[in-house]
Amino acid sequence: MSATLPIPKAQAAQADTPLPAAKRDLAPLLLVPALALAVLPFVSLPTWVTLTVAGLAMGMMIFIMASGLTLVFGLMSVLNFGHGAFVSVGAFSATMVLLPMRGWLEADSLPANLGVLGLAVLVAMLVTALIGWAFERIVIMPVYGQHLKQILITMGGMIVSEQLINVIWGAEQIPLPLPASLRGAIFLGEAAIEKYRLLAVVVGLVVFAAMFITLNRTKIGLLIRAGVENGEMVEALGYRIRRLFVGVFAAGSALAGLGGVMWGLYKETLVASMGSEIMVMVFIVVIIGGLGSVGGCFIGALLMALVANYAGFLAPKLALVSNIVLMIAILLWRPAGLYSKSRG
Amino acid sequence: MEHQNTPKLVSEPLLTLSGVHTHIGQYHILQGVDLVVPRGGLAVLLGRNGAGKTTTLRTIMGLWKASAGSIVFDGRDITKMSTPDIARAGIAYVPESMAVFSELTVRENLYLAARNGPLDQARVDWICGFFPALKKFWNYPAGNLSGGQKQMVAIARAIVEPRKLLLVDEPTKGLAPAIVQSLMMAFRELKDTNTTILLVEQNFNFVRSLGDSVSVMDDGRVAHAGLMHDLALDSALQQRLLGLSLDSHQ
Repeated sequence: MSATLPIPKAQAAQADTPLPAAKRDLAPLLLVPALALAVLPFVSLPTWVTLTVAGLAMGMMIFIMASGLTLVFGLMSVLNFGHGAFVSVGAFSATMVLLPMRGWLEADSLPANLGVLGLAVLVAMLVTALIGWAFERIVIMPVYGQHLKQILITMGGMIVSEQLINVIWGAEQIPLPLPASLRGAIFLGEAAIEKYRLLAVVVGLVVFAAMFITLNRTKIGLLIRAGVENGEMVEALGYRIRRLFVGVFAAGSALAGLGGVMWGLYKETLVASMGSEIMVMVFIVVIIGGLGSVGGCFIGALLMALVANYAGFLAPKLALVSNIVLMIAILLWRPAGLYSKSRG
Repeated sequence: MEHQNTPKLVSEPLLTLSGVHTHIGQYHILQGVDLVVPRGGLAVLLGRNGAGKTTTLRTIMGLWKASAGSIVFDGRDITKMSTPDIARAGIAYVPESMAVFSELTVRENLYLAARNGPLDQARVDWICGFFPALKKFWNYPAGNLSGGQKQMVAIARAIVEPRKLLLVDEPTKGLAPAIVQSLMMAFRELKDTNTTILLVEQNFNFVRSLGDSVSVMDDGRVAHAGLMHDLALDSALQQRLLGLSLDSHQ
């Protein structure tokens, strides 16, 4: 007698039934425009435009700094509390280009200004990528899978890096004026929009688009996404996930370096602790976005910055707690963040 | 149609485990596994829950390291090799959990498994011949599929490029009979392509007509090795090794 089993007709038909179209989770995407529109009745249009652009610019800079951290956590399950060190190191590394070439920055020429700025960003990203690579090999590798040790050792790494910055660049604040062509504002009607903030929005969108295309349209991106979900299976398919880890860590560090340059120019002054100071916001963004989700991180950064700006204008006393209130509200709605991997 | 198995003569071994021990933490799971998988055909690994079948497959893949003994694949000692190197040596693995990448589409799951370049359309068409659902859900996230369809993706991913050895861990677990039938067809097709398969199963009815050779594990060791044909015909041996007789299931 055959061991094969008869196929019930109903089950055979069910196996061939098409699935309903894959649902897209659009609710988090709608939060940003919904928040912006909700504030519109309470302020004049020019003020709303100024606040919104300022919030978007700040959100983009935070996204750039946070995106690397969320990828590192998602892929490697590493709690890198030292991520802020790369923000500071990136900003200070940029001064190796920006300060000697100050004359080019002061020139009233947009190409010259952007050229120097581009070179500074390149140097900052290169330096932070190299340090990130070494940091992963020396500091992170011995503590894979041990979250408590990761927190302790990466916080230690950040403290050491801040002191090293003081040793190399001195303990004084370093003024970092904006390039001449990026100072001031342009006017849309009565709304003033700072030029540098527009640049920050453009850079943030370019970084997001590059990450989106890399993660969704390239094999390396598919490997990263697959590795976030099941690194063991990626290895069983014949790919060396350790190399992917190092690459992602270095790329995340480079993004933090880029964010550090952008943030330093935004503040127009550099201090060694700038990275650790911004890490609270970066962690809030990573948490509300959903650990490991770049899209969630992007929306989370924009939400947090917009809330901070609107609250700062409408209710200054609430501005200090606005980020925490936002985080609580989002976690009450979606306890694992806006786009959690665990929710699939 | 009756698929009565004709036992294949034992050919040269493709995979040989000799005295393999595996520890997971403080637990001593494999306690000297000796296993030979002949080149070509389908070898079955049977045994009750906790006998060490899954650990054997994971140890072969290098996902858990053997603490003693040797594993030789296609003439190479792979005991100490890393998992990616073992995979690149020509072993594909379908875990019990299927481990499809749920955020990726069916196409992307297969594309990742194709290490040697773009997907071979003729081979994809061949695979879709026995798993038609894959074509239908080609651009759907794999996480949205049913358990049986995920199993199809997992097996398709393992065979999207020719591999020398396919390790499959309990593919029929929890699946509807219609899907089990599709899997059986797929394994028959694969056998015809001369792919060697090591199949871990608890569903003896499923493997009875498929297997060429069979090993039965108990308490971290291989308690019996022989031809499936012999085991299928010997109710007393089934009763002794597996605690069942096919006669009582028919």
